[in-house]
Amino acid sequence: MVDVVPPAGDGAGSLAGPGLTVAMHMSDGLVNAPTAAAFGLVAVLGLAIAASRARADLDERTAPMAGLVTAFVFAVQMINFPILPGASGHLLGGALVAILVGPWVGSLCIAIVLVVQALLFADGGLTALGTNITNMALVGVFTGYGVAYTLRRVAARSRRGLIATAFAAALVSTVVAALAFVVEYAIGGSGGAALGTVLGLMVGLHVLVGIGEGIITAATVAAVAATRPDLVYLLRGIRPAIDQGLADEGVAR
Amino acid sequence: MTRSRFLLGFLLVALVIAGGLSYFASSDPDGLDSVTLNGCTVSETAEGERLDGTCIAQNAAAQYPAGHQMAGSPLADYAVAGREGTTGLAGILGVLVTALVAGLLFRVLRPSGGAPGTRGKG
Repeated sequence: MVDVVPPAGDGAGSLAGPGLTVAMHMSDGLVNAPTAAAFGLVAVLGLAIAASRARADLDERTAPMAGLVTAFVFAVQMINFPILPGASGHLLGGALVAILVGPWVGSLCIAIVLVVQALLFADGGLTALGTNITNMALVGVFTGYGVAYTLRRVAARSRRGLIATAFAAALVSTVVAALAFVVEYAIGGSGGAALGTVLGLMVGLHVLVGIGEGIITAATVAAVAATRPDLVYLLRGIRPAIDQGLADEGVAR
Repeated sequence: MTRSRFLLGFLLVALVIAGGLSYFASSDPDGLDSVTLNGCTVSETAEGERLDGTCIAQNAAAQYPAGHQMAGSPLADYAVAGREGTTGLAGILGVLVTALVAGLLFRVLRPSGGAPGTRGKG
């Protein structure tokens, strides 16, 4: 029932359509069953801790924001951008959610996106959910948060500082998430390529993906901060007076 | 900007991205797929994709010859019932489902969760 798409030169531009296997995440079988199961356990434990810690970050202001940030990540992940001839990248979203809603809530956001994609859109293998959640929802989010938190004074100082912080957090987060795959492949990869080759290609390509990730993350964070800085988790507590004033007035700037 | 207006705007942006911008997305393999396909040539056949050569994706596919377990989902591969040109609609449905699932989860997780307005206004 799947249409056959000619390999090239169909004049359809780069429209993604059925017939092409649209997959963005690890599929089944890239790592062996024990490795997949082990990272499934890592994912479950990580998300359980995140869920219990997320409660403190959720209130009537941040909970609806977290829901929409999740939907936003789903939407932007659909947009594959070209990085090299024949290769594309897309947002992972780890740094973005970490900056906007914090690491605990943020890792749940990414996990929800991955579960919806796997169950409804057949994107990302079901047995690969553990590795995908580990790489993007845990490693990606917490790496992004670590970088952003380290640079939080820079981020709070000016709009330019916030943009630079978001860009750096996103770039590093993407490359480290890619490295997490390399670790999983080293532990129990299905074979087919030498580890050194996988390492080199994953890092090289994801530096390029990370630049796109950085631009999207910086633009989104800057847009939110320009309208509702009180909804940017990273800035909360650094600029308490400003935040409180804005929250009371319910206005921007 | 009031919070509800901001959130509505955020949702609209997500819907426009998933519903419209998604048609302009690159269909080339992403970073990870490029790595797992490295060493293979991909050709489209009536039976689906065929991989010739040696690559990670080939070994993975050999273990799961039936393909994705959810390939029969009505939204599989970001299309509605496998129909061409429905990426945008699939994306809009995805945004709404994701917002609903996440919204419910975060409301449940919220301390003294439940219906809004049951708590004193902060």
